[in-house]
Amino acid sequence: MSARDDILARIHAALGTDITPGEREVGASAPGAGYRATSGRTEDELVDLLVDRLEDYKARVEVVAAAELAEAIRTRLEGKTFVAPAGLPADWLHPSLADRRATDSREEPLGVDRLDAIGAVVTGSAVSIAETGTIVLDGSPDQGRRAISLVPDHHVCVVPVETIVGIVPEGFARLDVTRPLTLISGPSATSDIELERVEGVHGPRTLDVLIVR
Amino acid sequence: MSTVSLGMPALPPRGFGNISETEPFPSYARRELQNDQLRANLRHATHTIRDKRLRVVSELPDWEELREAGSAIKAEAMERLPELLAQFEEQFTARGGTVHWARDAAEANRIVEGLVRATGSSEVVKVKSMATQEIGLNEYLEERGIAAFETDLAELIVQLGHDKPSHILVPAIHRNRTEIRDIFLREMPGVDPELTDEPRRLAMAARAHLRRKFLSAKVAISGANFGIAETGTLGVVESEGNGRMCLTLPETLITVMGIEKVLPRAEDLGVFMQLLPRSSTGERMNPYTSLWTGSTPGDGPKDVHVVLLDNGRTRALADRHGRSALHCIRCSACMNVCPVYERAGGHAYGSTYPGPIGAILSPLLTGVEAEENKSLPYASSLCGACFDACPVKINIPEILVHLRGEDVEARHSRPGARRLPSQFDLAMAGASWAMSDGARMGLLERGLPLGKAAAGRDGVISKLPGLGAGWTQSRDIPAPPAESFRAQWAKRAKNSADPHGIKEGEGK
Repeated sequence: MSARDDILARIHAALGTDITPGEREVGASAPGAGYRATSGRTEDELVDLLVDRLEDYKARVEVVAAAELAEAIRTRLEGKTFVAPAGLPADWLHPSLADRRATDSREEPLGVDRLDAIGAVVTGSAVSIAETGTIVLDGSPDQGRRAISLVPDHHVCVVPVETIVGIVPEGFARLDVTRPLTLISGPSATSDIELERVEGVHGPRTLDVLIVR
Repeated sequence: MSTVSLGMPALPPRGFGNISETEPFPSYARRELQNDQLRANLRHATHTIRDKRLRVVSELPDWEELREAGSAIKAEAMERLPELLAQFEEQFTARGGTVHWARDAAEANRIVEGLVRATGSSEVVKVKSMATQEIGLNEYLEERGIAAFETDLAELIVQLGHDKPSHILVPAIHRNRTEIRDIFLREMPGVDPELTDEPRRLAMAARAHLRRKFLSAKVAISGANFGIAETGTLGVVESEGNGRMCLTLPETLITVMGIEKVLPRAEDLGVFMQLLPRSSTGERMNPYTSLWTGSTPGDGPKDVHVVLLDNGRTRALADRHGRSALHCIRCSACMNVCPVYERAGGHAYGSTYPGPIGAILSPLLTGVEAEENKSLPYASSLCGACFDACPVKINIPEILVHLRGEDVEARHSRPGARRLPSQFDLAMAGASWAMSDGARMGLLERGLPLGKAAAGRDGVISKLPGLGAGWTQSRDIPAPPAESFRAQWAKRAKNSADPHGIKEGEGK
């Protein structure tokens, strides 16, 4: 008997169920779902809450108007080389940044050593969850491969206001979990030594969030 | 695969690996109790996380509903396990991954070794994982010439210190900063000899030490916090980014996941991603979570495997009263509130799973009749704090009591067990006789003042004679009151006209 069949047979024996599948009704939604599905917060409240949570994680946050975004990104990148995914909207990047930019895509990925030599990364984001201060990247063209938001030490992340939701279930409702997802809540951190929090271990040590409204 | 039948052939085989006591809990714990440094570290750590957890849990108006949902989803997952595992396999495979099944620790280790060998690599980077700790994967690989590098800071401290983890979440919690600096100076090649014991400096030393490993590793091994049946998605919850490094940079990714980690729907993540971080680190959300479904062309590892591990889980599942221990999401909230864990520390439990959950999970995985785990169900004061803290509402005290009963049963049927009732059985039978009748109980209670006299002026009894000596080996008992509850109650009835009298009767 294969290990698979063996284990499935053991489970059936343990549960006292029949091995022939299919007779059980498959539940469509979670049982006992009495928890909150939405937060009912207004846009202003969502932005305020997200800013508060992100600052709690020691991320640097700024709320900017769409017209100010390119300038805000330029300021954040202060003389650093940076990588941006191929699908990043062209008008987010100030023309003066062109010679410091490296471009990455699934089709033409940069090697890890190249990424390691780059100072920063600029990406968009898919969804942000205000209550937990969580930003989700889903590998869309404006967010790029997972490696680019990981290896450079400084992440400048753009959060369009319409992508902010209140609570975790609202966030997952908007996401396709079959995409490669990265949930980021503040910069890298550890509390492994006497539970004293140290920001920045292996992931980017600085996280800049620009909320665009 | 070795299976030892102990007269119960209908039960699935027991699990093996690092899930057994190395010596009976009482004797190990007694030794650890002498270690003042350990107790101070643990006290500070558990109280800090405990306070943080309470603060962030109280922020959520629907915390109890989330616990309820978490518990219901886990119960549903167990009930539908064969179907959900098959669905997971189908979905993960359809998206370019490969699924393997392992009956026990030995089989899982062999599968992982084969997968690593097939890559031609002789070293792997590892994300902290309870499942691979459980099966002793690192030791297995090392013995066969494959170097496994732990990349979580605490696991790195444990590995470099040739030590064992003592906590699910913060495995090096028994070490303080000075000890950690000394380990780094001794064991980390090329470390700055001027390294201080400041946590930031230590973390940066680990960063420098591991950076090249991450960027050059060809193979990574991880565990998984969840596997979503509906989509074939795996998830790892972490803080440092070492997980992201391992999960995305290498070409080959091998994940070892217990079969109980499967969740029916993607939607269920909305529940568990609220329950887990708050219960675990006391944060609203952990810094990083990675979710992947098979492989994604052009992004991340090309060759993606998952090993679905039984290793005694089906055995635990067969225990109707104990099976909810498999609902555990490894948050460690139970150990942070446990007065026994706080004093004895994690090593005393012997198993990869320490604390209250370990005291039920380990014997359930191995079978309580496995001699080496028979003291674990007694490693508790049954105070119930673990049940209150558990985000998926595992009734740990109830399962402990159930396993104690199993142990007593097993003891009677163990080869060489005395057929005559033991001293303990006689005492229990006596207590049962006395307590089942009010008049007998009342008569016995008249002896209470004797106990008070025996305790002497400090009001504690630190040494009981005979069978009772087992109880007082590791604790004192307070002197019994001078008067029984019955006597107080009778007095209260007599003084019912006097409110002061009632108050006194109730307050004592």
